[in-house]
Amino acid sequence: MIQALNSALDVMMARDPDVLTFGEDVGYFGGVFRVTEGLQQRYGATRCFDAPISEAGLVAAAIGMGAYGLRPVVEIQFADYIYPAFDQIVSEAARLRYRSAGEFTSPITIRTPYGGGIYGGQTHSQSPEALFAHVAGLKVVIPSTPHDAKGLLIAAIEEDDPVIFLEPKRIYNGPFDGHHDRPIEPWSRHPAGETPEGYYRIPLGQAAIVRSGSAVTVLAYGTMVHVALAAALESGIDAEILDLRTIWPVDIEAIVASVKKTGRCVIVHEATRTSGFGAELAALVQEHCFYHLEAPIARVTGWDTPYPHVFEWEYFPGPARVGAALRRVLEG
Amino acid sequence: MRFATDPFGRKSNLPAAHRRNSKPLSLRVPAPKFRPGDTPDFSGLNLSAPGAAARPEIDAPAASMRALAFDLIRVLDANGQAVGPWDPRLDVETLKRGLKAMQLTRAYDDRMFRAQRQGKTSFYMKCTGEEAVAVAQTLALHADDMTFPTYRQQGILITRDYPLVDMMNQIYSNAKDPMLGRQLPVMYATREYGFFSISGNLATQFSQAVGWAMASAYKGDDRICAAWIGDGSTAEGDFHHALNFASVYRAPVLLNIVNNQWAISSFAGLSAGDGETFAARAIGYGLPALRVDGNDFLAVYAATHWAAERARANLGATVIELFTYRAEGHSTSDDPSKYRPKDEAQAWPLGDPIARLAQHLMALGTWSPADQAALEKACEVQVRTAQKQAEANGVLGSGQRPSPASMFEGVYKEQPWHILRQRQESGV
Ligand SMILES: Cc1ncc(C[n+]2csc(CCOP(=O)(O)OP(=O)(O)O)c2C)c(N)n1
Ligand SMILES: [Mg+2]
Repeated sequence: MIQALNSALDVMMARDPDVLTFGEDVGYFGGVFRVTEGLQQRYGATRCFDAPISEAGLVAAAIGMGAYGLRPVVEIQFADYIYPAFDQIVSEAARLRYRSAGEFTSPITIRTPYGGGIYGGQTHSQSPEALFAHVAGLKVVIPSTPHDAKGLLIAAIEEDDPVIFLEPKRIYNGPFDGHHDRPIEPWSRHPAGETPEGYYRIPLGQAAIVRSGSAVTVLAYGTMVHVALAAALESGIDAEILDLRTIWPVDIEAIVASVKKTGRCVIVHEATRTSGFGAELAALVQEHCFYHLEAPIARVTGWDTPYPHVFEWEYFPGPARVGAALRRVLEG
Repeated sequence: MRFATDPFGRKSNLPAAHRRNSKPLSLRVPAPKFRPGDTPDFSGLNLSAPGAAARPEIDAPAASMRALAFDLIRVLDANGQAVGPWDPRLDVETLKRGLKAMQLTRAYDDRMFRAQRQGKTSFYMKCTGEEAVAVAQTLALHADDMTFPTYRQQGILITRDYPLVDMMNQIYSNAKDPMLGRQLPVMYATREYGFFSISGNLATQFSQAVGWAMASAYKGDDRICAAWIGDGSTAEGDFHHALNFASVYRAPVLLNIVNNQWAISSFAGLSAGDGETFAARAIGYGLPALRVDGNDFLAVYAATHWAAERARANLGATVIELFTYRAEGHSTSDDPSKYRPKDEAQAWPLGDPIARLAQHLMALGTWSPADQAALEKACEVQVRTAQKQAEANGVLGSGQRPSPASMFEGVYKEQPWHILRQRQESGV
């Protein structure tokens, strides 16, 4: 996935001189996860460069560049460190178009690795997508494969509104299904591990059905897509699994069509449960599909605690917990 | 006269000719002098001679000592002699205590780094080459003064004789981990030893420390507070909030900037512009600033003691820049050969803090290479012994750890219904 993201940046920087990228350690070093590797060499230090350790500062600079007319892509080293920039994102980038009646806009992309599973403790593991989905004016995107990551990042950079692009770091190097005790699978063995050369885009706002089924709909994104697939396989339940890909604005049609078909719904995310994005999804499903539901909607999520270092695998909603929810919903 | 219009189509009252640049603008992006493959050369560094920096009275106004934000306070000369007005004239016993704490810190770092490589824990961070910062500063403070450290001041705990076994228990997230397995390794916290909970989010502690100091002043207490921050982290807003609040409320706090030249792969020039010092940040806030050779145990001690006396006299905060060098990688996840010359640490002109203090003791005639070798050995044995004890309580992945049910505790003082339900659902 790292190469796919790198390729998306490469393609866009080659196509459009107004695309540039910066963030902590992204220049010469190429980013702590290597997503910007080689870009400084290829495009020069004024198009791919290091920023001071100031998330508020670097997002604000991106907003200013966007106001000028550039398309900056900034990296926040870990999603857990995005909070110093919260005011700039929430009060500024998100509302600029509305409050200036379109005089100014924020065509910026904020990339950031998120999620647990790497023994990162509470400051390298969080999933803050709901905080941003809650804000009017932001788009929120989370890919689950290299193929999607490249196409979605290209679409995000071309987007005229600010996009929070969350990268599931646990699947940077392979499709992790929650079985942490098994050997790591590389992307090379996964069908969506291949990324076409050159330019292509996956439009924002479109979910993908990664497994069709008839018994129950699973709504997932990021790493949890792979966990849900494993749970379906291991439980033998004929689940239809939707990879939302864009968290907001979410593909409501795809969700409604699937839930109307299956009559059941399980929502899976790694983030804490309370006021998580699953709560919004559950509300949407009951608003749109109430008379088709044959069982209460279930949520499988991280617990409402900070991400604990040594209890990572008790915290992480793995395939066993997803499988149990699938069975529960089918019995209901 | 012809008038230009501004980008909004309004008339500007400047003549068009005045609004044009003779050359197009260009964006400056700074870069360090040396990258992998280059030969590091620090001869251009502006280093004051040992003993040269002036030592003001503690009640001197900040405006009268601005030069100290640009000079470098140094006490030890090339021969290991203490020279100049900043010589703290420490007794041999204190010097040896400092040497031992630095050596023990280094031995501890080496063992824990190795333990991570052996898969016994997930992560570790060393402070190699920077030991004088935490150790000398802790010795210059009172034992009950409060500290707000970063992840590179493990030397505070070691100097205050916090048990090594407990530090290791934290590193291993084992059954006796004082942080109950919740925290990434090195994120210690202990109220008893005056050591605030280390945050993974950079710079947050710096302004919190000012609040602690304000509270101490509010209560008429006599304890002061010290905070640390890295060069890179001074770019965060919290750094500036700290200086402003400390200045406005004249808080009894020491604001220490550890300039080890690097912030992961980013050089110090990214957080302070060319030719600037970090200490000079204080000037705009009206705070006194001392720039100190961070590898000179005596200079660090003396500057800290000076600032502590000033704070205790209710004269407020001091900013101290500790000029040092991060001799090893940022953490166990880092490979510095990717972004700086391999031998840059060896080329660092201010040497190694342990070697320099040992040299001083030898110059005083109270230490020998044999004593130094014995100290190194003794520290290694002490660390190994502690390690055996700690590993008896488990290492990461061994299954010996706090009870999983405990992960649901402590989110709030009392467990609300939803967390209780989640614990039941989890089956732990
Ligand atoms: C708010 C925030 N942003 C980014 C990071 C990631 N990060 C961890 S350490 C570090 C470098 C810090 O450098 P410096 O302040 O110089 O301290 P040093 O590591 O050199 O002691 C970075 C960028 C973080 N932990 N918190
Ligand atoms: Mg540093």
